[in-house]
Amino acid sequence: MSQDIFVLVEHLRGGVADISFVMLAAARTLAQTSGGHVVAVLLGKDAQKLAANLAADKVLYADHAALTEFTSEAWQLTLAKLIEEQSPRAMLFGHTTIGADVAGVLSAKLSLPLVSSCVNFTSDGKFVSQTCGGKIMAEGELPSPTALVTMIPGGYKAEQGQVAQAPMIESFAPPALDNLRVALKKYVEPEAGDVDIAKESFLISVGRGIQNKDNIELADELAAATGGTVCASRPVVDQGWLPTSRLVGKSGKRVKPKIYLALGISGAPEHVEGMGESDVIVAVNTDPNAPIFNVAKYGATLDLLDLVPRLTEKVKQAKGG
Amino acid sequence: MKIAVPIKFVPDLVEELSIDASGAALDTSWLRLIINEFDDHAIEQAILLKERGGAEVTVICAEGDGVDDILFTAAAKGADRLVKLTGADANTMNSHAAARVLADLFKEIQPDLILTGVQAHNDLDGSIGPLLAEYLGMPYVGYVAGVTAASGSVVIRKEYPGGIIAEMDVILPAVLGIQAAEQPPRYVAYSKINQVSKTVKIEERAVAGLDSNGGATVSRMFQPEPAQRAEIIDGSPEEVADRMVGIFKELGVL
Ligand SMILES: Cc1cc2nc3c(=O)[nH]c(=O)nc-3n(C[C@H](O)[C@H](O)[C@H](O)COP(=O)(O)OP(=O)(O)OC[C@H]3O[C@@H](n4cnc5c(N)ncnc54)[C@H](O)[C@@H]3O)c2cc1C
Ligand SMILES: Nc1ncnc2c1ncn2[C@@H]1O[C@H](COP(=O)(O)O)[C@@H](O)[C@H]1O
Repeated sequence: MSQDIFVLVEHLRGGVADISFVMLAAARTLAQTSGGHVVAVLLGKDAQKLAANLAADKVLYADHAALTEFTSEAWQLTLAKLIEEQSPRAMLFGHTTIGADVAGVLSAKLSLPLVSSCVNFTSDGKFVSQTCGGKIMAEGELPSPTALVTMIPGGYKAEQGQVAQAPMIESFAPPALDNLRVALKKYVEPEAGDVDIAKESFLISVGRGIQNKDNIELADELAAATGGTVCASRPVVDQGWLPTSRLVGKSGKRVKPKIYLALGISGAPEHVEGMGESDVIVAVNTDPNAPIFNVAKYGATLDLLDLVPRLTEKVKQAKGG
Repeated sequence: MKIAVPIKFVPDLVEELSIDASGAALDTSWLRLIINEFDDHAIEQAILLKERGGAEVTVICAEGDGVDDILFTAAAKGADRLVKLTGADANTMNSHAAARVLADLFKEIQPDLILTGVQAHNDLDGSIGPLLAEYLGMPYVGYVAGVTAASGSVVIRKEYPGGIIAEMDVILPAVLGIQAAEQPPRYVAYSKINQVSKTVKIEERAVAGLDSNGGATVSRMFQPEPAQRAEIIDGSPEEVADRMVGIFKELGVL
């Protein structure tokens, strides 16, 4: 049993994901209360170089061909062995396509408590999690003995978890990784050919509030008038109303335009992750309590179907005159 | 192939949410509950697999208002068996407790493939998929947006940020957390649901007890206190449109 705070370093195809640095920053806060060290846990094959700028007191590294890229089973088996041997005070995982696949398995396997969607830790070591699409926060004591925590971005800046000097690396042996039931076959690139919304400076983004496919035309008309580009939240893409290339958020693109006009978007954490750093966010949403107004600079609580056609007209007039 | 899809009701986020007198939980007395949207995708994916290669699809839900309708809707789409869990308050069940209850049921049903929604917006102790998988000794893969059956395994499409997809082989039996089906969830006419409700039976299963161990204990819930709230532009659509054009001009994007 130690007071150390472990952080699972997430990486994909040779790049460390930003959430890893965010978690290192969070771990530093927590280590100050627990009195332990910040330990980065890195799994891979010939991946030592990925440790270069992790802000950790030390890196525990397991090297194995089956750990080269993330697969839930090989990573989970390796982490289970490590946690059992070392019993850290807490281990942080991204609430991501990597971390969330293994944290729950470890909780069940090792009978350890799990906290999800944590955004930050208080100075006395409590977890603060976001729930209900960002409408509610939940706070509690960090459970014992080893708390497994999945983290979402927003509470710490990635830069806080980066250092110039590489930390010390200590190797540990993974367990036997034979007869695995999950195997990576290949990565498939997103289809090219559409506009790259990450490069556009004026984005007109539509959410479920647009209500049906036909209404997308309203956004298209506004885009044509302004010279902007239409993008969307996940439900709009999942309904097939716009292609995946237009998706903004956790599973889509991260954008940082000069202006992000959010039409009928609630502002769920998974969406904000992709657009929260836009220069100016303008939100139109009939619900005055929608979390999107927590990140927007300007807002209007009107029905977008009333507003957008008028806005298009006014833009045309402004440009014409 | 036997496919099981457990579904969950969650608060509708379009409604106003409030915190109860304990200060540590949502006030459930006025909550409007809807099916977790990822469960609609999980049902769709199960039905697609059935249509392509044959399968028996079982849909499971804890009792509550509106649950029968949702179960009959699943049957109208093609689900074969409907199971309702009785005697447990779904609103207070955490993921660990739900995973244990479902693991017991699945030890009996013995599905080859369990499709859960990838997550629900109100879980605070992780989603049940990975817990369930471990309780059953099966592998888990989440964030799945496409499943193709092979012999004794499935090929899945797992989503990574930026639209990158990882194709993985997963040996059955397995649990998958569904993010999106390969096509939008289908629509069924009310008349069909109504018709199905007269022929398909909902099997009831009593839940013996709940073991919530492994979940987080919340001591306080509160609404977020943002550093800054948006400046709300009041007025008619005309007036708001005028002001927005002004903002676009100031920012130099027009
Ligand atoms: C693993 C994972 C990854 C995800 N990745 C992403 C992602 O990359 N991108 C993403 O966007 N989401 C993502 N999500 C989904 C995310 O959690 C939300 O469900 C989604 O962002 C909600 O989209 P929305 O705001 O359009 O819809 P809703 O949350 O349904 O909001 C619709 C809003 O429109 C408002 N509205 C309704 N009618 C009108 C009207 N007439 N005029 C004005 N306003 C109106 C409502 O008040 C409401 O606030 C992900 C979820 C998970 C679990
Ligand atoms: N009480 C429950 N009953 C049935 N299925 C559930 C329950 N809780 C969670 N699930 C399943 O697990 C998915 C993720 O929800 P959660 O575990 O709350 O994140 C849901 O979409 C359901 O598929």
